[in-house]
Amino acid sequence: MSRERVTRAGEQKRLEERIRHTSREELDLQRVGVDQETGRETMLLNMGPQHPSTHGVLRLVIELDGEMIVSCKPVIGYLHTGIEKECEYRTYHQVVPLIDRQDYLSPLNEEMGYVLAVEKLLGIEPPKRAQYIRVMCAELSRIASHLVWLGTSALELNVSSVFMYCFQDRERVLDLFEMVSGARMFPRYFRIGGVMRDLPRRGFVESVRTFLKDLRRNLQKYHGLLTNNPIWKMRNVGIARITAEQCYAYGVTGPILRATGVAYDVRKAFPYSSYQDFEFEIPTQTAGDAYARYLVRMAEMEQSARIVEQVLERLPDGPIVVEDPKIRKPHPHRGLFVPPGKSYVTVESPRGEKGYFVASDGSNKPLRVRMRSPSFAHVQALPLLIEEAYLADCVVAIASIDPVLGDVDR
Amino acid sequence: MDANPEQTGGATEAVERVIRAIRERFPDAVMEETTLASGWKALVLSPKGLRDCIRLAKELGFRAFYDLTAADYWEIEPYFHVLYVLHSPDPPAKLVFQVRVPREDPVLPSIVDLFPGANWYEREVYDFYGIRFEGHPNLTRLIMPDEWIGHPLRKDYPLTEEPVQFKGHIPEKLPSEVIPKQYEPYPDRARDGDRSGGKG
Repeated sequence: MSRERVTRAGEQKRLEERIRHTSREELDLQRVGVDQETGRETMLLNMGPQHPSTHGVLRLVIELDGEMIVSCKPVIGYLHTGIEKECEYRTYHQVVPLIDRQDYLSPLNEEMGYVLAVEKLLGIEPPKRAQYIRVMCAELSRIASHLVWLGTSALELNVSSVFMYCFQDRERVLDLFEMVSGARMFPRYFRIGGVMRDLPRRGFVESVRTFLKDLRRNLQKYHGLLTNNPIWKMRNVGIARITAEQCYAYGVTGPILRATGVAYDVRKAFPYSSYQDFEFEIPTQTAGDAYARYLVRMAEMEQSARIVEQVLERLPDGPIVVEDPKIRKPHPHRGLFVPPGKSYVTVESPRGEKGYFVASDGSNKPLRVRMRSPSFAHVQALPLLIEEAYLADCVVAIASIDPVLGDVDR
Repeated sequence: MDANPEQTGGATEAVERVIRAIRERFPDAVMEETTLASGWKALVLSPKGLRDCIRLAKELGFRAFYDLTAADYWEIEPYFHVLYVLHSPDPPAKLVFQVRVPREDPVLPSIVDLFPGANWYEREVYDFYGIRFEGHPNLTRLIMPDEWIGHPLRKDYPLTEEPVQFKGHIPEKLPSEVIPKQYEPYPDRARDGDRSGGKG
């Protein structure tokens, strides 16, 4: 069995070889076939781009020896929409709706990164109330995104009831977004300098509280359905392992890194938008396999619920957008002028560390908007997770890194 | 809470230590030291010394690869600005290296042997900007189709767009022309600002 580890030294050597293997050679089509010397026969399998388990349009070219994956080459670009190019032709405020559309499962975390980057260029800080509202929305967005991950990864192992429950819960988060911004999926709620409008006066806080209460109860239900379920454990424990050093080499962050025992979270390491005001923990696991990632994400949802509760308790009164009329209400035919410079901001998105690089040349349109997406790095590291594993575990591996292809291809 | 000054102080110290070491070992490579508007230190390097500096930074704790990207400064100066972002896991810190590459013949050394994760990032930059990375094992297009002509994120590559039709009415202006690109009407700020570095 390839999953067993013989010695630590041997493991280290194997690890180094694998890092080199995936970085130096791409999949060689000439190699596929019968090897005359060893008699080993391999075949080529295209998984995707329309495979239901690839969470979008990811194509994996897999070389198989029996049921064992010998090598794998992810092919991306099927969902490329040219958002980065488009951003250069829009004013700073017009970019926000485009930002929503790359990582469509957690739009508010994405908006957070972009507006922070532009605010850094302008040298402004939004009022405290706006920062707190942003934190609450980002955490609700994280819960919604993790619920989609939990539902789909369970569905892939044929646990369709969990899928239904999760989408039911997620729908309630989307209803909350509809209450604050008017849109469910693409709220475009954050503005440069604050948020679009204040929270609804009636019913919103109560709805959030009720949702959190139900979420806590439902999370217990999901734990009861999955955590100690022997089939779930059989399919997840020890599958798709990755070590912390491999994560560093490939730029892997977020729950995958935290599942290898590294307590790195941007919200703690480089706090933004007043995250330092709230108490929460960074859940970690040490195994680095799919099951550890499952436990980390489940714990993260609880922590997010904790943060949202603290926001509701401490939400200060005051303005929701900066005073400066040029920023608050930009000229309809000119937009907002941003001083020249470069700004790079990272935020903790549900998938990992998301970076926004905004360069300005002093005009009303950005010179460059770059989104450093965590899914891109994770899909690149996917061969590390699934090579020398069984084909059936490939589905588990993809689900456990939770890629969003809109985010990969942009 | 955990935004304690100790941690942030440690991060600043780690960055300073690496910058000092690079300045000592490779004084010719460092052209400028700037700070991005978001607060991170950025070293402007010469393309020749790039690999040495990155290797040294990796040895000194910045062993996680984080990002590689580029920006086209066409019409301002005939250069691409390429950014390398490295991450130090302990203490958490980020360091940015910036290289200017001429638009005419953009070539940079590859760092795939130092950071295997840079593979796709270099391919993406090649795909979008046409910057060639020497020593890359497989420098082909990553996101655009293989047969694509041109490098879409260059500023001289036009954006293809069509007017947005609304209830049968086709407006005369393209979406990007509705609000044209313009500079602020203060002459001192519009054209002569510090374009290369951050705000400082």
